[in-house]
Amino acid sequence: MPSGADVSSAAGTALIELAGIERVFMLGDSRVRALASVDLRIDAGEYVAVMGPSGSGKSTLLNVLGLLDRPDAGTYRFEGRDVTTLDANAQAHVRAHRIGFVFQSFHLVPRLTAAENIALPMVLAGVAARERAERVKQALRDFGLNDRSDHRPDQLSGGQRQRVAIARATVMRPALLLADEPTGNLDRATGDEVVRLLEALNAQGVTLVVVTHDKALGDRARRRVGMEDGAVRSDVAQPGAADTPAARDPSSIEPAAG
Amino acid sequence: MRTTDLLAFTWGAATGHRLRSALLVLAMSIGVAAVVTLTALGDGARRYVMREFSAIGTNLLIVLPGRNATGGVNAGSFVSATPRDLTVDDARALQRLPGVRAVAPIAVGTSELSAGGRLREGTMVMGTTADYLQVRRLQVGQGRFLPEDDWDRGAPVIVLGAKVRDELFGSENALGRFVRAGGRRLRVIGVMASSGSGLGMNTDEMAIVPAPLALALFNTNTLFRILIEARDRASLEPAKTRVAELLQARHEGEQDVTVITQDAVLATFDRLLGTLTLGVAGIAAISLAVAGILVMNVMLVAVTQRRAEIGLLKALGATGATIRNAFLAEAALLSAAGALSGYLLGVAGAAVLRQMYPEFPAYPPDWAVLAGLGTALVTGIVFGVMPARRAARLDPVQALSQR
Repeated sequence: MPSGADVSSAAGTALIELAGIERVFMLGDSRVRALASVDLRIDAGEYVAVMGPSGSGKSTLLNVLGLLDRPDAGTYRFEGRDVTTLDANAQAHVRAHRIGFVFQSFHLVPRLTAAENIALPMVLAGVAARERAERVKQALRDFGLNDRSDHRPDQLSGGQRQRVAIARATVMRPALLLADEPTGNLDRATGDEVVRLLEALNAQGVTLVVVTHDKALGDRARRRVGMEDGAVRSDVAQPGAADTPAARDPSSIEPAAG
Repeated sequence: MRTTDLLAFTWGAATGHRLRSALLVLAMSIGVAAVVTLTALGDGARRYVMREFSAIGTNLLIVLPGRNATGGVNAGSFVSATPRDLTVDDARALQRLPGVRAVAPIAVGTSELSAGGRLREGTMVMGTTADYLQVRRLQVGQGRFLPEDDWDRGAPVIVLGAKVRDELFGSENALGRFVRAGGRRLRVIGVMASSGSGLGMNTDEMAIVPAPLALALFNTNTLFRILIEARDRASLEPAKTRVAELLQARHEGEQDVTVITQDAVLATFDRLLGTLTLGVAGIAAISLAVAGILVMNVMLVAVTQRRAEIGLLKALGATGATIRNAFLAEAALLSAAGALSGYLLGVAGAAVLRQMYPEFPAYPPDWAVLAGLGTALVTGIVFGVMPARRAARLDPVQALSQR
């Protein structure tokens, strides 16, 4: 459901439309406006970096985008549908099928192997075992984790863990991939590799929103949203910024050793 | 989430947190095992006493001195003061009644026995007649029992219980030797066969003398009991009436004795010991409740520890219902494992009891087993699901951020 007129967008359909989003936390006696009247539109296929100092509300924004948190006011339209009014189960359905998450600290289930972690969203969504096995196999191949499928998270390197997490986030083929400081726990080289992986997924059409305070990482995005005190302070489009290094198929990316 | 996946996930979660799961199963199984073993003990005691009473002899009438208005027995009927003596002659008169097969008067007291320099204090000495052997279905191991028809002479003879014999004579032959009791010299004419059982009144630790002698020894005229064996089941009730009538006639029209059938005694003991079993079950229920609280704590800690996981699952698209089901299944799995292992443990405990005391029928009653298993499952599931419900209602970001 394209909203038509005024929002400047060459790419076309809006994936995310935020209007007047508010999120207030009570910290002791004081009210903290983590999100203060945020309006934002992100089109399908965009690559957006949300940047700002800590406490600027960028993580809260990401949580609201991912339906992990409910705004106190405002409307959030996802793929043209108002999702703020959906009940918990319908929101869970949207999370399961349309949104993938990549966390700074990976959030893998420690007792499950790499393959089982990747399969988890499909298990929760009730995908049949045979199809699951096929898609997990494909994902393991795509992300260079073939020989790590039976390893548990504590037997994997940081880069491998994040690759498992990304494989898990994308195995349901979501429209939106949200990454919260995806390189925060990784060294520079491994971080670059993870970023290239995310960018490759974006090049395939997945809308990518990355929250970071790492300027180098943010500069790679085609669009940079700067936040401060819960409000959007800048919104800069930089066409072609990420095209050169990563417009490739993810399967062609060489995994870093160990 | 598909059921098979749910079960697999649950299994992974339960086996993935080995210590927690082990603790939970352990707590649960101890509770259930306590219920099963303790009620087996209580119920075993009940059955044992019932069986022992049945073994006294069937078709048994018991005459007690003192009148009991209800005709049953209560604690008072064993201690009440005697208004009129129940004498050896009373017992002797009962012999001639139709429908009566055997009559055994009983007088009891404790005395110091000595033989050849060895002393045994506080030995229970019972005075009775030859019929006692028949009424109680006892066996003589060595020598013979009391002489027939010794109703008033009171021959200076004694029959020793197996243990009393051992303590007084050791490995020597006791037959024909003399035992001193209350200033009298009594000749040992027999030794009872060892009964082996360790509970209740036991002939092993008793000495048996003729009833008149016992009354003289204890300086009394009244009997403790008269045991009467009726000819058969059908003559039991008529015999009871006749016994009561005869004794009333002999006691100048006073109804100052109580005649009860063994059934009444059995019913009373059944009731008493049933209460005992319930009491024991109550103790076991407390241990089960403690196990339930343990389960609650362990589950609470488990859910709190796994809030991040719950948050993650929600972020990956799990609904609240899925998370509740997962925890429900896990709680059910662990409780069932605990209940089952507790049941097996309890049954094994009861089996060990039976092995140690072969004559003790320590089988857990069905109601206790069902109650134990049911309580374990319900507490486990309820206490497992309650914290999970709370966690499932959290917004995923809250759950995720608490680690």
